[in-house]
Amino acid sequence: MIIELGHYLILSSMLFTIGVIGVFLNRKNVIIILMSLELILLSISINLVAFSAFLNDSVGQIFSLFILTVAAGEAAIGLAILVVYFRNVGNIEVDKINKMSG
Amino acid sequence: MFPAILFYIFSATIILSALMVIFSKDPINSVLFLIFSFVNAAGIFLLAGAEFLALILVIVYVGAVAVLFLFVIMMLDFNIENIKKETKKFLPLGLFIGAILFLEISLMIYTPEIFSNEFKIIGKSYTSNLSNTEILGNLIYTDYFLQFQLAGFILLVAMIGAIVLTLRHRDYVRRQNISNQINRESKASIELVDIKLNDRDNNDN
Repeated sequence: MIIELGHYLILSSMLFTIGVIGVFLNRKNVIIILMSLELILLSISINLVAFSAFLNDSVGQIFSLFILTVAAGEAAIGLAILVVYFRNVGNIEVDKINKMSG
Repeated sequence: MFPAILFYIFSATIILSALMVIFSKDPINSVLFLIFSFVNAAGIFLLAGAEFLALILVIVYVGAVAVLFLFVIMMLDFNIENIKKETKKFLPLGLFIGAILFLEISLMIYTPEIFSNEFKIIGKSYTSNLSNTEILGNLIYTDYFLQFQLAGFILLVAMIGAIVLTLRHRDYVRRQNISNQINRESKASIELVDIKLNDRDNNDN
């Protein structure tokens, strides 16, 4: 049993698919949509690290580090927007976020 | 043999806990499963030889992002039953789109050109006896320094944005106004008043 690049790629694609399904499935809850986005970013990270390990090139890990940075910033901004929206409206249901007035 | 078994255990746990993130009823359970899947992804990174990224993943995600999610969920007490009612409605659509996406990605992965030897020429191989963190440091602080500073700038913008978004001024909260305190002078605030003694006597009478 030798772990090859394909194993990592299959794992990462399954994780990516689960994240996309999560975005479609939870139409009501914004927080779970944000968590699905984190799963998608994690799968891309796994992909980059796997290629970096098997091509013997460390640059992929640096890009994975930048993905980590962007994911942290995105989570912070998204949750801040969510808190402000909840403070103004009173619920976080995605279906009802269709008004942009004020 | 042993790393392969570890790989399968870690990846099965990642997939199962990612499924639980999506399908669980309570958002707090979702966050806890998200933490679990990130810890297992750190294990996968360790197996791939990226120790620095594995530990950074644990620190950043489990220590910062997941705790942020937990705080926000506990701060906003939204109605769970209201939210979870319509999950079943979108299940066929989500599974359909997910199946198509997974099929496309799998077809792309199993294209035989990906695993040809031409790809292996690209990488500069670091077969020195440096550790993973030293290699990453050598790359980040030389070739990728501009990108590194831009990442720091992204974090700065995210921090300022989160503070500006969630800050609110309420009128009934009395705050310390430091510039007013510093600009206050003795001439404007203290006044010497001469009191005439005769007036006081008149008032007493």
